[in-house]
Formats: sequence, C-alpha cells, structure tokens
Amino acid sequence: MTAAVTTTTRPLPAGTSKLAMTAFWAILRRDILVTARGFVAFLIQAFMQPLLYLYVFGVVLPKIGIAVPGYGGLLLPGIVTLTVFLASVQGIMLPLALDLGFTREIDDRLLAPTPVGAIVLEKVLFATLRGLISAAILFPLAYWILGDEYLVQSGSIPLMAVLIVLTAVLGSALGLVFGTVVPSEHIALAFAALFTPMLFTGCLQYPWASLHSLPVFRVITLFNPLTYSAEGLRYAMVPLSENGAHTPSLAIGWVLVGLIGFAALFFMLGLRSFKSRAIR
Amino acid sequence: MEAAVQGESAVEVQDLVKTYPKAEGNAVDGVSFTIRRGEIFGLLGPNGAGKTTLVGVLTTAVQPSSGAVRIAGADIADALRVKPRIAVLPQTNNLDRSLKAREVLTYHAAYHGVPKAEREARADRLLAELGLADRAKEKVPRYSGGMAQRLMLARALMHDPDVLFLDEPTNNLDPQSRYFLWDRIRELNERGVTIVLTTHDMNEAEQLCDRVAVVDHGKVLVLDTPDELKKIIPGGGLLELHAALPGGAPAATDAAADGADPTLAEGPAADLLRRLRALDAKQVEPLATDGDGESGIARFRLFSDDAGALVPAVIEAVAQEGAQVRDLRLSTPSLEDVFIHLTGRNLRP
Ligand SMILES: Nc1ncnc2c1ncn2[C@@H]1O[C@H](COP(=O)(O)OP(=O)(O)O)[C@@H](O)[C@H]1O
Ligand SMILES: [Mg+2]
Repeated sequence: MTAAVTTTTRPLPAGTSKLAMTAFWAILRRDILVTARGFVAFLIQAFMQPLLYLYVFGVVLPKIGIAVPGYGGLLLPGIVTLTVFLASVQGIMLPLALDLGFTREIDDRLLAPTPVGAIVLEKVLFATLRGLISAAILFPLAYWILGDEYLVQSGSIPLMAVLIVLTAVLGSALGLVFGTVVPSEHIALAFAALFTPMLFTGCLQYPWASLHSLPVFRVITLFNPLTYSAEGLRYAMVPLSENGAHTPSLAIGWVLVGLIGFAALFFMLGLRSFKSRAIR
Repeated sequence: MEAAVQGESAVEVQDLVKTYPKAEGNAVDGVSFTIRRGEIFGLLGPNGAGKTTLVGVLTTAVQPSSGAVRIAGADIADALRVKPRIAVLPQTNNLDRSLKAREVLTYHAAYHGVPKAEREARADRLLAELGLADRAKEKVPRYSGGMAQRLMLARALMHDPDVLFLDEPTNNLDPQSRYFLWDRIRELNERGVTIVLTTHDMNEAEQLCDRVAVVDHGKVLVLDTPDELKKIIPGGGLLELHAALPGGAPAATDAAADGADPTLAEGPAADLLRRLRALDAKQVEPLATDGDGESGIARFRLFSDDAGALVPAVIEAVAQEGAQVRDLRLSTPSLEDVFIHLTGRNLRP
C-alpha cells in the first residue's frame, strides 16, 4: 500500500514515524524555550506559595509555640506535593487553554506531521518536567528555610522519586483536563473554585492518620488525589521512629493505587477532550 | 486505479459531507471535485458558504462526516502522509504569540523535520522576500495585520509544500498588499505549487484562478474556468437598467430575482418587466434590491449577445411606461454576474 501510494509522488523526507518523533521533540523544545524566557515568572508562580507556607507554618508557628516542634518535618512532604502539583498544573492548563482558544495557536502544531495523541503526550511530558524541576529547586530552599526543622530521612529516596514523578504526572493530567475543558477567560475562576479546596482537603498540612476525630472529613480527603501524594511522601520522608517504623500514614500500596488511578483517569479524560477540541 | 489519476490530481474530493455537532444542516453538503496538480483553484462563495470548513477538511483540521478525500494520492485519514505535503494560510491570525517572528518560521520547519542549517537559510530568504527582514526579531503580537499575513505565508512555505491552501488571503488587505500577494501566489504556482484559494472576491477569482468552483450553502454550484463560467450567462453581453418608476411607485422587486415573483404581477415595475421581456433579449431578470436599493427604483438585467443593440429599445420601453432611466450600464458578464444568475443573490458580504 505504502509503495503504491507514493510511487508517483515525491518521497516523504523521512519515514513517518521518524518524522513524528522529530516533530515531537521540536514541539517540546518550543515549550522549553518559552518557559526559559519567562523563567522568573515561573519561579514566582511555582515557589511563592510553598516557601511562605514553609516559613510561616514550619518555622514561625513552632517557634511561637502554636505548632509542635517537628511540625516542619510533617509539613514538608505536603509542601513537596503542593509545589510539584501546582508547577505541573500551571505548565499545561493556561497554556493549553490559550492555545485552543479563540486564536487557535495550536493549529500550526496540529499540522505538524505527528499524531494528535503525541501532541498531548508532549504537553504532559513538558508539564511533568516542570513539576520535577520545581521539586529539585524546592529541596535546597526548604533546607535553608526550615533549618533545624528540616527533618528528612534518606532511606527511601527511590520511593520519594517515584512519588514525585507520579505527582507531577497527576498535576499534568488534571491540568490537561481543565486546559481543554475550561475556556481561557474562566481559568482563574476554575483555579479558585477547584484548586483552592483541593489544596486544603489533600492532607498537605496534616497527616491523614491524625484525622480520627473528624471521620467525615477523613473520608472526604480520600477523594482528593493530593492526599495520596502527600501521604506517600510523608511515609517516605518523615524520619523513622526509634524502633525503625515509618510515621503513621495511608498504606503505601493504596497511595500508589490512588496516584496511578487518578493520573490515568485524568489523562484519558484529557486526551479525549483535547481530541474533540483539536479536530473539529 | 489511483496511479492513473494521481499523476495529475493534487486533491480529490468525493461526496464530502461535514455536519458540525449540534448544527442544523450541513456546512459542506455533498461535494465532489478534483484539483489538478499545478493549477490555481478557486473556491468562490459568500460568507457561510462552507469554504473554511472545506479547507479545514482538506487540511486535516476538520473531521469529515462522510465522503473521501485524497491529497497527492494519500487518503486524508492517513494524516501523517498528508501533512508534510500541505500548508495553510488560515483566514485568521493563528501565529504563535509566544515566539519571535523568525522563530515562528524556524520552529514550524523544525516541526516538519527540516534540518537546522536549511531552516535557518530558508527563514532568512523568506523574511527577505516578504519584506520582513528588519522586523524578524520582534515578537509576533507586535505585528500588524498585513505583516502577520505575510509571516503566515512565509511559515506555510517553510516546509516546501506541494499544495498550498489559502483561506480568503486578501480579505482584509489594502490593494497594494493584495497585488503583492497575488504576485507571490503566481510565482509559487510557476514553481509547481498547487494553489487552492477561497475568496468571495470575484475579481480575485477571475484574475488568479485557472478554475473556479462556485460554492453556496455547502454545495458546488458549478466548476469551470472563469471564461467558461461566464458562458453560463445567456448571451455574451449584459445590460443593466435602473429605472425610476412613475410617481415613485414601490419597485417591489425585492426577492424577485427568480423572475416569477408575485409582487411583480401588478404595478409599473411589472409592466416595465413585461415590456422588456418583449424585446429581443435572451433573458430579462428583475434584480433583488438587497435592501439598499433606492425606493421607487426598479433594476433589471438584460442578457444578449449584442446588448448594445438593445439600448434604444430599452430607453423607449422605459419612456412608454412613463418611467425615467436612472442608470444604464453595458458590460461583459463577470463571475459576479454568474453568481447572481445562479443564486439570485449578490455575493458581496
Ligand atoms: N466550528 C463550527 N461549529 C459549528 N458550526 C460551524 C463551525 N464553523 C463553521 N460553522 C458553520 O458552518 C457553515 C459554513 O461556515 P464556514 O465554513 O466558515 O463558511 P465560509 O468560510 O464560506 O464563510 C456556517 O453556517 C457556519 O456557521
Ligand atoms: Mg471562511
């Protein structure tokens, strides 16, 4: 079939799959260039909230006796979740809403010789990278801000890395859904209406195990994908007790199921929604 | 089967239908035509005719509801084979506003796998050719409409397409930019690029296109060379008459273009029409006033091989009716007349 179709036409510059890969990387380079140009904006967007959180809740409150000493150690995993999640969401949601919006800037990339699905993958990969970079920047800053309160055990670094990657993918996938569903003029509203409650019901500022006295709220937190990330990171990061036990948290198996399940669900929804917006 | 056709055809469209979700009626309503390799092909029609939708389907941006399309021998569903061969100059500015002008070109070429040295060289050449060299480092949002148009043309050419689609490319351009673009289009065509352009400008279709498909309501009404299309009009000449009716009587020729309008049955306009029909013309059509017609002015078109010879008789007919000639124009039929003849409507937006 291939041969018959191309005999009388100019041969393609390369095999279509190789061409599709070339297009994929070029589109990724474009996103990296645009972010690199706005790097200061990226830093402010990604770090203003987490760093203030860390300082006020991790340093000020324990120092003035409102929070228990060591709270910084329990809070930090939640702040890692917050930072990685927000950086990923911000890397895809608004850019995509603008690309698909009135001016249809995405059209030039949709005409690139690569499948529509690959363009979605590129967006998700890019936003995930953004989440990972923000994690890499966060740790030294947290060490510097928290001082004595910076308490992280180093025994579970591979697990930590896996959880951070999953959190970044989760944020990217959710950003994909909202970037394709919410028109760009309503993005700020969507952020306030959806992400603000998410940031407060996701066990970022408190461990899930400590919620016995609030059974309803405890169940609500389980519907928030951030709970799984924060709890997983708490399990991996908080120093072990004297007898070598991990801090009480959601079981790590459920954490992985929750993160992977939510990320896969959002990705499938986002992919479908992108395709229906991209090809009319 | 294809091999024989493929040699000459750049685009083959068969029974194409596009229905937008939740829309009433079809935006493209059963269209079939073939565009030959190397021709300048025009899609001529008023706003809402379905031109942009058609271009969207042909360029993989719009999913057809049914029918088949082949571009350069490849099925449109096989988008990865089609995309490298086509390029689009869209109706509205969709330039990547996060990039600088020159980057728009180099990144577009990179998306299409053009090697770095080549895309840099091409970008510089095209920026120079299109008069954008000194604005190459500016961000896209600072570009004016005409410059954005030229940049989009440069972008379309960066990956050396076989078929270039232009959607109402001269719609908002000043005359100078319009002629500049026409020249570029002819130049590209001479280099072997097949051109498909949509327009609602008759003059443009006539000046530029080898063949023109007249589209309306998602259908192709006729398809031929501009010269052949003009022959659709009965007789090679055209006489247009505007007459002021006695006592400022209402012209009542609105929506009367089908010639059998009941409102014309009575009154001075109808009488005048009957007189004109008695003359030696091939066909006489009352014209719709389109709402902008002066009241009391009736307009008619008389088609004839020698329209000039009708002038004295027309003047006499008007006088006998007690009306006055306000305007009397002789012309050879244009594509616009063809459109009016086919649809009874004016093409201007
Ligand atoms: N994205 C869309 N969704 C629904 N209807 C559309 C869409 N785009 C165009 N249409 C409708 O399809 C018809 C043809 O439009 P279009 O292809 O833009 O015509 P043209 O380019 O000739 O002006 C119009 O009735 C228009 O309202
Ligand atoms: Mg249009």
